[in-house]
Amino acid sequence: MSTLDLVATDLVKRFHDHVAVDALSFAVARGSFFSILGPSGCGKTTLLRMIAGFIEPDGGDITIGGRAMRGIAPNRRPVNMVFQQLALFPMMTVGENVAFGLARRGLPKPEQRKRSLAMLERVGLADAAEKRVDQLSGGQRQRVAIARSLVLEPTLLLLDEPLGALDLKLREHMKIELKQLQADFGTTFVYITHDQSEALVLSDHVAVMSRGGFEQQGTPQDLYYRPATPFVAGFVGANNRVPGRATAVDATIISLDTADGWSIRAQAQGAVRAGDAVEAFVRPEVMSLGRAAGELPAGQPVHAGTVQSLLFDGANSAVLLKEARTAREIRIALPQTGRFSDLKVQESVVFSFDPARAICFPVASSPAAVPADG
Amino acid sequence: MAESRAARRRAAWMLAWLLAPALLWLLALILLPHVELLVISLRERTGARAFTASLAQYRTFFAEPLYWHVFVRTALMSILATLLTLGLAFPVAWIIAKVAQGRAASLLFVVCLIPFWVSETVRTLGWMILLRESGVIPQLLVHLGLTAVPVELLYHDATILVGLVYTSMLFMVVPLVTSLESLDNSLIEAAYDLGANGFAVLRTIVIPHAAPGITAGCIVVFMLTLGNYLTPTLLGGKNSQWFTEQIYTQFITRFNWEQGAAFGFLLLGLSTLIVVVGLRLSGQRFGEVMRST
Repeated sequence: MSTLDLVATDLVKRFHDHVAVDALSFAVARGSFFSILGPSGCGKTTLLRMIAGFIEPDGGDITIGGRAMRGIAPNRRPVNMVFQQLALFPMMTVGENVAFGLARRGLPKPEQRKRSLAMLERVGLADAAEKRVDQLSGGQRQRVAIARSLVLEPTLLLLDEPLGALDLKLREHMKIELKQLQADFGTTFVYITHDQSEALVLSDHVAVMSRGGFEQQGTPQDLYYRPATPFVAGFVGANNRVPGRATAVDATIISLDTADGWSIRAQAQGAVRAGDAVEAFVRPEVMSLGRAAGELPAGQPVHAGTVQSLLFDGANSAVLLKEARTAREIRIALPQTGRFSDLKVQESVVFSFDPARAICFPVASSPAAVPADG
Repeated sequence: MAESRAARRRAAWMLAWLLAPALLWLLALILLPHVELLVISLRERTGARAFTASLAQYRTFFAEPLYWHVFVRTALMSILATLLTLGLAFPVAWIIAKVAQGRAASLLFVVCLIPFWVSETVRTLGWMILLRESGVIPQLLVHLGLTAVPVELLYHDATILVGLVYTSMLFMVVPLVTSLESLDNSLIEAAYDLGANGFAVLRTIVIPHAAPGITAGCIVVFMLTLGNYLTPTLLGGKNSQWFTEQIYTQFITRFNWEQGAAFGFLLLGLSTLIVVVGLRLSGQRFGEVMRST
């Protein structure tokens, strides 16, 4: 691992009796794109504001680019922030917005102008310098906000859900643009979002945050394929959650019975003994669908169900089934082949999945609230 | 087509009726008296009930040093009072708009408003009770051993300024609070984050944003101060030398309506001139400023 641009150790922040950030430690490598993903109220904004210096932590330390940050005001930190609502200065032109930080550093006017124009050119807004902020489109403003920060060559760029205010189409576009910008500039990005797709698409590393702490840190692939906790399994990507009780353990594959009497098998994550309360997660795309048992991959336990509704969404199409015995709702991704394009509601189907690709967690004594369908 | 024209005519009539009281008021109570005063100011008394048109009244003003000294003094004192009011009102407005939360903010606002529940005369007399030689504050100073004998705190220029600032505060605080409340806090944070210190944030973000409110407050306070009669007279006594007193003297004591009318127009001209210069200097436009109040 290369040099670390951001190191946080045992960071704590309390508001009255509510612990917003709870003994958090993590490190971000230079030049990487690090995302903090979590539902609203998980403490991610507090964490970001502590890194930026707007909030002083109650305990722990933040080191940025090797320098301890305790007691250093936001205007003296080698960190810049892209705000959720962008916070471009409406009383200034686009060029003045980008030159703002340079002017505060006391650079001579011609130098300010040269650097801000060069930066605007890099983000593809070379001819916008004289425009007013309200003459720009949403995506252009986004780029100005990033340019305004990057022109200062910060060690760290913090982004506070900057895509939240954009419409879906533009958001998809800006995701790609942000990733390219980060690759071009090589600046370390710390990005917070509640949108798992943004975090997965953009990041080198993602930390999933819940109740003031990190549930798991890892690459997007780690989080998706090897979730460490039920919270991560439920929050990152779509998942079918099946709570129940372990009836038998065979090496790492356990058998699970739900309270209403459905039996499945899944891969144990952590120590599970027969009789333990467990929670299994099966991803929609892990399951195979068929009209007859013979169509399913051999050797997998076969389950039956009826089609409840069809969720057509192009490549992300899925079907909602009711499991035959328990009427439990199951989401299964439809294959791209178009084999099930004539599927009807109320049709009887069968499905199966490889138990090794379904994950089963022992349920902690106080289970974290898991969102129904991330 | 005919129907729509009829509807439009009805709408025009409706508008005329709705505006009629305001227009009538403007015409009868503001425009007509001013025209009358202008006519009076432009004539000279040549004998019993005999007048000729002349610029003599205006000539007298420039010929007599006392008059235009008082005139300039009133303007400068008013500008000073306006700037002092701005300086005192800005932190108050900032606290109401940005620092205090919910109930505390409304409470502070009410505190600013409370003095205005009492008439200006009573308020000014209150100041006199506090400041006169046998008043509360001089006695207190003696009691504390700060002065050997009671000092007269009335009838100084500073006393006039204190009274004027006190009277004007609310008219500065209201437009300032309005304009500061509309300032997005994230702009302040963004500026801070980009390396600005407190002073730079104030200069580059807060003041440009609040400029229309600042200008509006300054115009209102300046006008009120320049045209104030009661406060300078009561707190400044004979030394106050306020231009409105000169006008009063001409009209009431000297019964020289011609001179008084000319002074009135000179004051109107002066206040207009200073407001225009002020707008120029601050780069504000009148329409924008008035919309912010």
